[in-house]
Amino acid sequence: MPDLSYTSREQVEVYHFGWPASVGLPLAALLLQVMLPARIHFFEVFDLPLLITIFFAVSRRNPIAGLATGAVLGLLQDALGRTLIGVCGIAKTVVGYAASSLGVRIDVENPITRFLMVYGFYMIHGVIYVLIMRILANQSVPYRLGHELGAALANALLGVVLFALLDRLKRGD
Amino acid sequence: MDSFFGRHKNVTVFAVVLFVQFVGLAVQVRRKGDPGDQPLMRRAVVTSASPVEKLLTHSTGFFQRLWADYFYLRNVNEENRHLREQLEQERLRQIRLEQDAMQARRIQALLGFKEQFISKTVAAQVIGTGGSEHSRVLYLDRGAGDGIKPDQAVITPEGIVGKVLSVYGSTCEVLVMTDPTSGVGAILAQSRLQGIVKGSPGGTEARLLNVMADEKVNIGDEVITSGGDGIFPKGMHIGWVTSVAPGHDVFLDIHLKPAAPLNRLEEVLVITEMAVREPDTQNLGPIRAIDILAERLPSASAPKPAPGGSTATPTTANRGFPTATGAATGTPLPAGGSTNNLTNGVPRPRPAAPEAQPKPQNPKPETPSATPAPPGQGH
Repeated sequence: MPDLSYTSREQVEVYHFGWPASVGLPLAALLLQVMLPARIHFFEVFDLPLLITIFFAVSRRNPIAGLATGAVLGLLQDALGRTLIGVCGIAKTVVGYAASSLGVRIDVENPITRFLMVYGFYMIHGVIYVLIMRILANQSVPYRLGHELGAALANALLGVVLFALLDRLKRGD
Repeated sequence: MDSFFGRHKNVTVFAVVLFVQFVGLAVQVRRKGDPGDQPLMRRAVVTSASPVEKLLTHSTGFFQRLWADYFYLRNVNEENRHLREQLEQERLRQIRLEQDAMQARRIQALLGFKEQFISKTVAAQVIGTGGSEHSRVLYLDRGAGDGIKPDQAVITPEGIVGKVLSVYGSTCEVLVMTDPTSGVGAILAQSRLQGIVKGSPGGTEARLLNVMADEKVNIGDEVITSGGDGIFPKGMHIGWVTSVAPGHDVFLDIHLKPAAPLNRLEEVLVITEMAVREPDTQNLGPIRAIDILAERLPSASAPKPAPGGSTATPTTANRGFPTATGAATGTPLPAGGSTNNLTNGVPRPRPAAPEAQPKPQNPKPETPSATPAPPGQGH
């Protein structure tokens, strides 16, 4: 009997979500993202659409679904903000694709893995955003490393808690 | 071909989605012009999202008011007593200020000053933000239907907030003054140095630009609007200087703390109409211009009665004493009462210039052009 590593395809479970969760969660994340910072300024450091993108991507483990979720959420976030439409879209498309590809290979149910994953993807998202703004849009957007590291930490902590809550919405094969 | 797409389906879709977005971005960068001209997608998304945001904001506000007004009444009595005491003090202060203001308005009328008055405002509630640290925008629950137009000023009683950037049917987008792309004409209240307030690259604070390095600016100095930008009326609070350092070039690097609580805004005012007019001097009491002159310029003698017994009418409508003010000699009169010509109650000696004699028969002021108008004030 061949040994199966933990990350082998056979042991990776693919999850599905009902329509209310698939549509309602991203929309709720977007609404909270634009509404809460007006009342709680600190909330601005969180990127709920990014967390939702990562969560759906690693749970569904389907790169196309992952990148589509990221693209739609990113584009809507761009439309609600003031940045050029597509900047967050591209960044979240990359994150969605990478997260779903990663979800196939490693255990993404572990809180520590989730923490590191969100931390890493937040940093990648920030770098892509700044690169696009500087190179394509020719705008002088600063990259404040200390701030980004702190924000990544805050998002990673929130991600661990949020993912644990959202796990209840998962439906197995 | 079929097998190639089957094998590389994920990567192909990924590349296509990225390519489409890059093309869309490039088109936007190329077309970038009028900031008020928003892409169709943004209009559609904002128009769809704003009713939900409004509903949630208003329902949240209802419960907050219910809690605050009917349940959470701790320390209300003590706070009431404290506020009453404060009100009494403020009333006394108001009386003093009213006197100063009346005096200032009369003098402005004499000088032929015209001021920008806020004639119409619309109260609006903040229903959302840009949702990102990179875009300092707010969404208000008022739109084109309420008379909101692009480039209107948004303020709070504490200070300015920003300007209207885009207007939709029932909502509008406000560019906050701390956004790097915003700009407000500013003046330091004490030293009267002028500059431009812009947001910082991170969008967290504001900076005062274009103040020369050899000027003296102190921490805590108040910064107000100059009116020179044509959006904000003159004299509104912008903020206070928090740090001053030599810049990279010939200008100072001045950082400001905004006066308005930009991090926790709930309600704001949009200035939808401004009027330029002379100060209202009709209801300032039965004080004649000659009384002001006698008080301010002891050297100016009272006008002699005109032949036929008629004297200067005591109404304010024709308080024209064109050459009797400091403006005639190039010295503008102080607007407030603190720097008048009285020293410890004793009039300061002042040479009586021949042109300082009042001419009651000629009510039309002749001197305003001799007084340089501050920016934002038209003649």
